Amino acid sequence: MEKQNIPEPVPFKFGKILKTYLGIAAGIGLLVLLIAIFVQQLPSARIWANLWMNALMFLFLGLGALFFWTVNTLGESTWQINFQRVMESMGITIPFAAIFFVLAFPGLKDIFEWTHTGNLDRVLQEKTPYLNMPFWMVRFAVYFILWSFFAWYLRKISVKNDFEPHEKYLGRLRATSGWFIVFFAISSSTAAWDWLMSIDAHWFSTLCGWYIFSGMFVAAIAVIILITIAFKKFNILPNVNKEHLHDLGKYLFGFSIFWAYLWLSQYLLIWYSNIPEETVYYVERVNNYKTLFYMNLIVNFVVPFFALMTRGSKRQPLYLAIVSLVVLLGHYLDLYLAIMPGAVGREAASIGLLEIGLPFFYLAVFLTLFFISFEKAKPVPENHPYAIESSSYENI
Amino acid sequence: MRTIIYGHFTDDSDLLGAVKILQEKGIHIADVRTPFPVHGLDAVLKLRRSHLPKVAFIAGVIGAVLMFSFQYWVFTEGWPLIFGGKPYSSILSFIPGTFEITVLFAAFAMGIAFLVRSNLGPGSIPDILDEEVTNDHFQIILSAKDNTLSETELAEALEATGALDVKQVNTKK
Repeated sequence: MEKQNIPEPVPFKFGKILKTYLGIAAGIGLLVLLIAIFVQQLPSARIWANLWMNALMFLFLGLGALFFWTVNTLGESTWQINFQRVMESMGITIPFAAIFFVLAFPGLKDIFEWTHTGNLDRVLQEKTPYLNMPFWMVRFAVYFILWSFFAWYLRKISVKNDFEPHEKYLGRLRATSGWFIVFFAISSSTAAWDWLMSIDAHWFSTLCGWYIFSGMFVAAIAVIILITIAFKKFNILPNVNKEHLHDLGKYLFGFSIFWAYLWLSQYLLIWYSNIPEETVYYVERVNNYKTLFYMNLIVNFVVPFFALMTRGSKRQPLYLAIVSLVVLLGHYLDLYLAIMPGAVGREAASIGLLEIGLPFFYLAVFLTLFFISFEKAKPVPENHPYAIESSSYENI
Repeated sequence: MRTIIYGHFTDDSDLLGAVKILQEKGIHIADVRTPFPVHGLDAVLKLRRSHLPKVAFIAGVIGAVLMFSFQYWVFTEGWPLIFGGKPYSSILSFIPGTFEITVLFAAFAMGIAFLVRSNLGPGSIPDILDEEVTNDHFQIILSAKDNTLSETELAEALEATGALDVKQVNTKK
């Protein structure tokens, strides 16, 4: 490998210009929300569903990044050290996602049919042992308390190792990552039932949890790629090289296929067995959201599959960034298709100003929290025994 | 008929160092044989990237098209049957089969292409110069034809890099 000149790292400062841009983005998002409420006077279900959808997307980015980091830590992999702090700081946003969920709580009656306890039909009555408000709230609290705890604790140990390096911290990181993954394996599925599958309360699919998880993972990787490429461009992470992007691109490529595999598995089985209480989910989407339904597949599977197939494409920062952005938008669309048909219905749901504008607010908050957290620690873990290998490994 | 000189190393880092020393002297290296892939060796030897991914892609596309059209023909022309009230040409139900055959074609094509290209597989006669290469030795092969230096000079240069049992043989290839 030819030795490249690695420029001096520029310390990251969450400066005024960045803050202004994020402030403008957040302002646009809030303005769009106010317009939707007071000027357009959209139905309340659509506004609440939008808040719910964006809160979920906000959570997915942090949670997916935390999962990616913990998997790599548990596997004692070395390659991710050079951009590990990106994932750590993304994980820190998880507790704040809880706030956005709570903000959408007044609209739960609009989003979830099973909350109308007065007049439930027989199917929903039989589901009440699981789908009832107190238990739902308990689960909500347990997920967020534990996820936030893991995100905060792992980050704390990782930063601590910078100042007083000791192998016990690395061991603790590994062990805690293992416990997080055990909890995440169960909670990612049950949270998907609670927050997404129960929107179409009569419908059920045992694959839904995995399907939502795969989408979350791909979206989080897309954001990790975008932030890492931006930081490399501004020499904040000069040690990130093409090998890291290549491997991140492989994850984006591979898990886009995994997502498509789960999508097909769910759709194919429901289509084959043709049982009304299962097909109702897809009938709604294929008939009333035809374009978006097929666009979902093209953007999230066909585009990354062909665009990232060759080796060169994954090693080209700008190209990889564009594909990541497309896939990220694709998974926003996927979430839209999972929520809106059930929560809002065909009359009121469409992609308008609110759907396009509101994410800017959540994105701005996400990036603000991310930057604040990223600024606090060294951009690359110091005194980490794997750091040298992360800078020198190669893809064959 | 050509004369080749080869020497052995017992460590992959020694081998990499020796290759670099020889190249600095302007000696062309005919081949390097190792019991396992050595990191960085491809770049030092300036080898072209393998064409195997292209083989896999082309074979995969052929497999996908073949299997899809076969299923389509069977279920619409060859032996149309109604399954669960679905139409004859239910594209969705062709996907799993198409996927499997795509993978099968790509995998077999890669395996066969690799065996043919590297002169392995049934019926081929491997030209192993020294059986230690199949165990734990790393081998550098020099050819007198490619270099301006004489055979003895090449052998000396190879020995100077620390190569063990440097030998000179004549081969038909």
